[in-house]
Amino acid sequence: MSVIYMLLGISIVVAIVFFVAFIVAVKKGQYDDDYTPSVRMLFEDELVKDQSKTTIKNKKTN
Amino acid sequence: MDQDNCFHCGDVCDSQAITFNEKTFCCNGCKTVYEIFSENDLTCYYDLQAAPGATPKDIEGKYDFLAQENIIEKLTEFNDGTTQIATLYIPHIHCSSCIWILENLNKLNPGISSSQVNFGKKNVRVTYNANTTSLKEVVILLSSIGYEPYISLDDFKTGKAQVNRSLIYKLGIAGFAFGNVMFLSFPEYFQVGEFWLEQYKYLFRWLMFTFSLPVVFYAGQDYFISAYKGLRKGLLNIDVPIALGIAVLFIRSTMDIIFDLGSGFFDSLTGLVFFLLLGKFFQQKTYSFLSFERDYKSYFPIAITKIENGVETPIQVYDIKQGDRLLIRNEELIPADGILINGNAKIDYSFVTGESKTVSKQSGDKLFAGGKQTTGLIEMEALKSVEHSYLTQLWSHDVFSKNKEDHFTTLTNAISKRFTIVVLSIAVLATTYWILVDSSKAVNVFTAVLIIACPCALALAAPFTFGNLLRIFGKLKFYVKNASVIEQLAEINTVIFDKTGTITSNKKSTARYEGDSLSSSEEVLLKNTLRGSNHPLSRTLYDILDEHNIVSLNHFEEHLGKGIEASYQNDQIKIGSASFVGAHETSVLNTTVHISTNNQYKGKYTFYNSYRKGLSKLFNKLKKDFDLVILSGDNAGEQENLKKLLPAKTKLIFNQKPDDKLEYIKYHQSEGAKVLMVGDGLNDAGALAQSNVGIALSENVNVFSPACDAILDATKFNQLYHFIKASKQAITIIKWSFVLSFMYNSIGIYFAVTGQLAPVIAAILMPLSSISVVVFTTIATNLLGRRIK
Repeated sequence: MSVIYMLLGISIVVAIVFFVAFIVAVKKGQYDDDYTPSVRMLFEDELVKDQSKTTIKNKKTN
Repeated sequence: MDQDNCFHCGDVCDSQAITFNEKTFCCNGCKTVYEIFSENDLTCYYDLQAAPGATPKDIEGKYDFLAQENIIEKLTEFNDGTTQIATLYIPHIHCSSCIWILENLNKLNPGISSSQVNFGKKNVRVTYNANTTSLKEVVILLSSIGYEPYISLDDFKTGKAQVNRSLIYKLGIAGFAFGNVMFLSFPEYFQVGEFWLEQYKYLFRWLMFTFSLPVVFYAGQDYFISAYKGLRKGLLNIDVPIALGIAVLFIRSTMDIIFDLGSGFFDSLTGLVFFLLLGKFFQQKTYSFLSFERDYKSYFPIAITKIENGVETPIQVYDIKQGDRLLIRNEELIPADGILINGNAKIDYSFVTGESKTVSKQSGDKLFAGGKQTTGLIEMEALKSVEHSYLTQLWSHDVFSKNKEDHFTTLTNAISKRFTIVVLSIAVLATTYWILVDSSKAVNVFTAVLIIACPCALALAAPFTFGNLLRIFGKLKFYVKNASVIEQLAEINTVIFDKTGTITSNKKSTARYEGDSLSSSEEVLLKNTLRGSNHPLSRTLYDILDEHNIVSLNHFEEHLGKGIEASYQNDQIKIGSASFVGAHETSVLNTTVHISTNNQYKGKYTFYNSYRKGLSKLFNKLKKDFDLVILSGDNAGEQENLKKLLPAKTKLIFNQKPDDKLEYIKYHQSEGAKVLMVGDGLNDAGALAQSNVGIALSENVNVFSPACDAILDATKFNQLYHFIKASKQAITIIKWSFVLSFMYNSIGIYFAVTGQLAPVIAAILMPLSSISVVVFTTIATNLLGRRIK
């Protein structure tokens, strides 16, 4: 039954893919700052709200 | 009340409060920042956190040096002529609003294409177009919104520091291999002789072998290197038995699969390396916002303004030559020793001595490097270059090039020496026995003993105990450089304190009045006169005196270097030096302010240091176990006060220069003392480096403290005894985990010696011993941490 070779091959390839992804992530410095991104993530909404507010204001004045 | 606090910076607004847009600001600077933000639709800044800002400082001309090509070249990490990237350290970064505003810099200056904050390191990485803007403009923009970057001589070095991530890679590889090998070795644990297993076990074994290769030759290489270095020095450090264990595991397992003797111990091998690296990783607690390696370079500016033939040019600090005429602006640091030529000099030497009271200098006085000018412009002539100045010379001492850890034998290494010898003798004895009884099993037993006795748990006890304690200390605002510092702290028998700034508090001082008592009208006059003066002593005295009505004086005159004269209604008052008020000069060491009213001498205020809360308590606790010394750079004026406050056996030594402090510690170390030095200023830097453990006390851990082994927040000063005690208890915890680990080893050795060590037993026993040691040390240190609070 050679299906086991295939299964083994697949499992190891998948494992290696994740492993390489991990190394690449470390190399890019993703683990260097583990605080700022958690705060930054929350900002986008604030910005959009801010912009919409100003556009409403602009419309009113126009 | 909200109204009283500045909308921008949160400071209390005094009489000069400005109201703008229905919001209160404490000063014009804060208002301007608000205006900038509201014009650019960035008021969201105030929604994220209330009053997040800082008052911008006056920086006129301060950053002119940033226009110079060679300085830009050094400060930028990428520069192709148009696009430049610079990372700037901004100490004020403290909340999410800061991140938000700094990452939206492009709205304030379109030349900036992006900016990214690293909150932990408190820096911002700015990418900008050099054609439309410049580094100088970026820095000025940041300063104008209250985020003044701190650019020091430390930034002025070629090449960026490489981040060493190899431990994470190694840990990743070991973990990856460990997981896969476990998975592949599982079928053979239950040796059922099943058909499929029999057919495929060779493939499984060789796969495990392949996975273990990077673990042995890459992830585990540090152990081989360290063991080799240790052996060459004649030391049996902990890495020797570990390296031996890894090597034997690998060779024996490879032999097993080549000759089809069994499945090998690849699971134990990869697991061992993984756990060991995990311990190493855990021990590595770094405080990215703190630096333990600072020298004078972190305090000094990169460039200074030189005046030549009436022209001001910025020059690099290293280019200062004897005889150069230098211009020092407000809030700038004096980079080299020199003579004051003109200007109103009030120098703050707090970086150097820890004393925050400013010193007034007259034209012709000597100025020492490291002082900070606090009022307006001064001109000075350099007498020495930067490296040869009084303060910076200290760093040429060879104590700064030594590594303290090299001369210290850790508890683990001390134990491992005996451990290795015992294990090797057991292995030899067992092998001799089996050669006589059943020689076929001899090699098997020899390798099994070395495998099972591999001191994984032993090697993990210290990293996990110290690593966890490091985190607990960090939460309690005691920031320790590394694990070996805690171990050295446990061995201390002498504690030496600096005086000014360390056992005294910078913020407050007390003054005592001696002489004829003042009438209430005189007190009102005194308070109101002091109110008008900006002299540091007047400010201090003003803060100490009771509140009185504010009256407008008829006459007020400040005599520079002498005192103040004022009158109100019919009363006239003189405040100042003894000669100024017409008193007899007395030789006292403490600072005094004399007072006379209507030409009649009244009395004097004598200033005393105010000591930190809990000082006597701390010393009384410490005196039982330690020799106590106070090494002060000041005169003996406080001797009597200190004698009353501190236990009788405390040695008090005054008039110590930075070098003297260092030599004093060196002398006592040669007599066997293990010294803990607690200091704060740059003048203690030598003593901190020479001592076994140097702790820098800091009012604000975000500002600079000299090179040291640990940084202690000033508010936790009275807890010092508990930190030392906790370190000692940590050693006890480690000793108990050694006992635990020896118990596992004895069980393992029983299996090994009797020749029945199957891979499955090793695979259970080795992780089990490691995990139980980790659990034990973690729980024990957490209990310990709870007791410190």
